Amino acid sequence: MQSTPAGRTLDVEDLTVRYGQALAVDGVTLAIEPGEVVALLGPSGCGKTTLLRVIAGFVRQAAGRVRVDGAAIDHLPANQRNIGIVFQNYALFPHMTVAENVAYGLRARGMRGSEVQARISRFLDVVQLGGFRERLPRQLSGGQQQRVALARALAVEPSILLLDEPFAALDRNLRLDMQIEVKRLQRTLGLTTILVTHDQDEAMSVADRIAVMNKGRVEQFDTPVAIYDRPQTLFVNGFIGTTNLMNGKVSAREGGTATVALDAGATLRLPASADFGLGAPVLISVRPEQLALSSVPGPDAWKIVPGLSLPIGAQLVHEARTADGASLKIVEPRRTTPSDTARIYCTLAADARPTLFPRST
Amino acid sequence: MKKLAEWQLALPLTLAFASIFLAPLLMLVGVSFFNDDKITEPGFGQWAKFLGDPFSYKVIFDTMMLGLKTVCATILIGYPLALVYLDASPRLQKVLIFVIVMPLLLSVVVRTFAWIVVLGREGVVNTVLMQLGVISEPLRLLQTELGLVISLTQIEMPLMLLPLISVMSRLDPNLRDASAALGASRWRTLFTVIVPLSMPGLVAGCLLVFASSTTAFISQTVIGGVRLIYLPLLIWQQSLVVFNWPFAAVVSITLLISVLTVVSALSWLGRRSGGYVHG
Repeated sequence: MQSTPAGRTLDVEDLTVRYGQALAVDGVTLAIEPGEVVALLGPSGCGKTTLLRVIAGFVRQAAGRVRVDGAAIDHLPANQRNIGIVFQNYALFPHMTVAENVAYGLRARGMRGSEVQARISRFLDVVQLGGFRERLPRQLSGGQQQRVALARALAVEPSILLLDEPFAALDRNLRLDMQIEVKRLQRTLGLTTILVTHDQDEAMSVADRIAVMNKGRVEQFDTPVAIYDRPQTLFVNGFIGTTNLMNGKVSAREGGTATVALDAGATLRLPASADFGLGAPVLISVRPEQLALSSVPGPDAWKIVPGLSLPIGAQLVHEARTADGASLKIVEPRRTTPSDTARIYCTLAADARPTLFPRST
Repeated sequence: MKKLAEWQLALPLTLAFASIFLAPLLMLVGVSFFNDDKITEPGFGQWAKFLGDPFSYKVIFDTMMLGLKTVCATILIGYPLALVYLDASPRLQKVLIFVIVMPLLLSVVVRTFAWIVVLGREGVVNTVLMQLGVISEPLRLLQTELGLVISLTQIEMPLMLLPLISVMSRLDPNLRDASAALGASRWRTLFTVIVPLSMPGLVAGCLLVFASSTTAFISQTVIGGVRLIYLPLLIWQQSLVVFNWPFAAVVSITLLISVLTVVSALSWLGRRSGGYVHG
C-alpha cells in the first residue's frame, strides 16, 4: 500500500427517514470513530439498509444530519460524496471488463492514461485478481465478483466504505475467507467502514462495534462482547445469541443488589439498578452456557424436568422445563462419561451474569 | 402408439407456413420475370424497366429515409419516455403502460384519420399556432413528409417502447446507484451504463419501427396522399390500378430486399450488444 489514508469520523445525528407515512429510520444517532468497522445489525425491515442508503446519498432523510469529519454532506448528491459502496449483488457493470469496472470511478473523476492503469493494477493486486483484468463479470465466480466490487469501490479512495450485506450471497466457507479479507483490507487502509447485515455471527466477527436496530431505532450501540454479555433491551437480548427468560419478583433490596424470587422456586442475589424496587416483577435473562445442572437441592437451585439432550459439536445442549412452565436451554461441554440422570436441579454457573429486565404484568 | 418426434409435431405448422407464405413468395419472384402484364412472355424486361428508371431509386431512397426518420423520431421521444417509465411509481407505471399500449388497440385506419383531424388546415395544430400568433398562415402538414413522420412516430411508438421498457426494467437498479457512488454524473451514467445495456431493446425497437413504417401503406397514402410516393403505393398502383403484376412483383421484391438489408444490419448490431444483458 503506497498511501494509508487516515480514517474519517462519521456522525449520524438524529436521522429520520419516512416512506410515505411509515418511519423507516426513527431518530438514529451514531458517532463512528476513524478507522472503525461498525455493523448495522437487525431483522429485515429494521431500517439498516435505508440508513446505509441515506449515508450513500441514494435516499433523502426527512430530518437529521450526516457528517464526515465534522462536515455535513446532506446537501451533496451521491456522486459528490466520495463514499464507496459494495452491494449485496455486487452491481458490477456487466458490459465492462474487470479492469474497466475498476477504472469506472477513476474516469468519472477525470483521471486519464497511465495513472488509471497504475491504479487498476494496484487495486486488482490488493484483491488478488491481477490476472483477471480482461474478464467480463459473468466469467467470474461469486467470490471473485465480490473482490472486483471491492476493488472498484476502493480504487477511488473513498472517505467511508459501506458494505450492504456483502457476504450474504457467498457460501459458508468462502464467506469466512472474504470476511477475513475485508477485515484485512480495511485495517491496512484504515477506512471507516459500515457493514449492514442480518447475520449476528458476521457482525460479531467483523465489526468493532455493533448497532443493533429494530423498527427504525438503534436499540444498543456497543462492542460485540458488551452486546452479548450486557444486552440493554429485551429485543437485543433475544436477537443476539440464545437466551433463557424466567419470571421473578424482587423480594429484597440492599445497595446495588436485589434478591429475586424466581417463579420456578429459588432465590437469586443479583446486581440490579435502583429501577428495580421492592416487589417489582422482573424477567431474568441467562445465556444457556451460564446455567448449570446439579443433583444437590439448595435455596439458589430450582427444580427442573429434564427433556432432550442434543450433542452439537463439542457441546451438549440440554432442554428442560421449570416448575412454572418456562422452557430452558442449558449448554455444557460434552464429556465422554454419560451425564448423571439425578441432576434435576438448575443453578447459575459460577461466572454467570444474568440480566434483569422489567416485566409488565 | 409410437411416440412422435418433435419435428413430426411441428410438421403441420411448417406445411401451413410453407403453403401460405413461402409458395406465394416464390410465385411473386416467378411473376417478376415476365415481360408483359398478361404473364405470358418470360424475360427480364420489368426488372430492366424498374432498375433503369432514376425515379425508382428516388422512391426506394424516400421509402428508406421515411423509415429512418421515423426510427430517429421514435428513439428521440421514446427513449426519454422509457426512462420516465423506469423511474415512475408502480401506480404511474400502470397508467403509462396503458397509454403506451392503447394505440395498438385501435385500428391503424382510425389512428391515421385522427391525425388528419389534428394536422389539417383547420386542425388542432394550425388552430392553436395561429391563435398563439406563432404563424399567420396555416402550416401545410398533410401530404408532406413532416406530417407523415409525425403521425407514423405516434402510430409506431408502442413498437419502440415495449421492447425498450422490457429490457430496461430488467436492468439491476443498483447499477445506477453504483455508478453514482463512483462519482459519475447522471449523464455519464446514462451514456456509459444505461444506454449500452439497453441496446438489445433499442435495436429490437428500431427493427420493428423501421419494418413497420416503411410498409405502412394506409398511413403513407392517407396522410402522404398521392404527392408522396413510396414503394407500397407504387405496388398498389401497379397491381390494382394499372394491373401490371410483373412490375408490381419487381417493386415488391425490391421493398422486401431493401427492408431486409436494413433490418439485418440492425439485428447484427443487436447481436453484438445482446450478450451484455443477463450477465
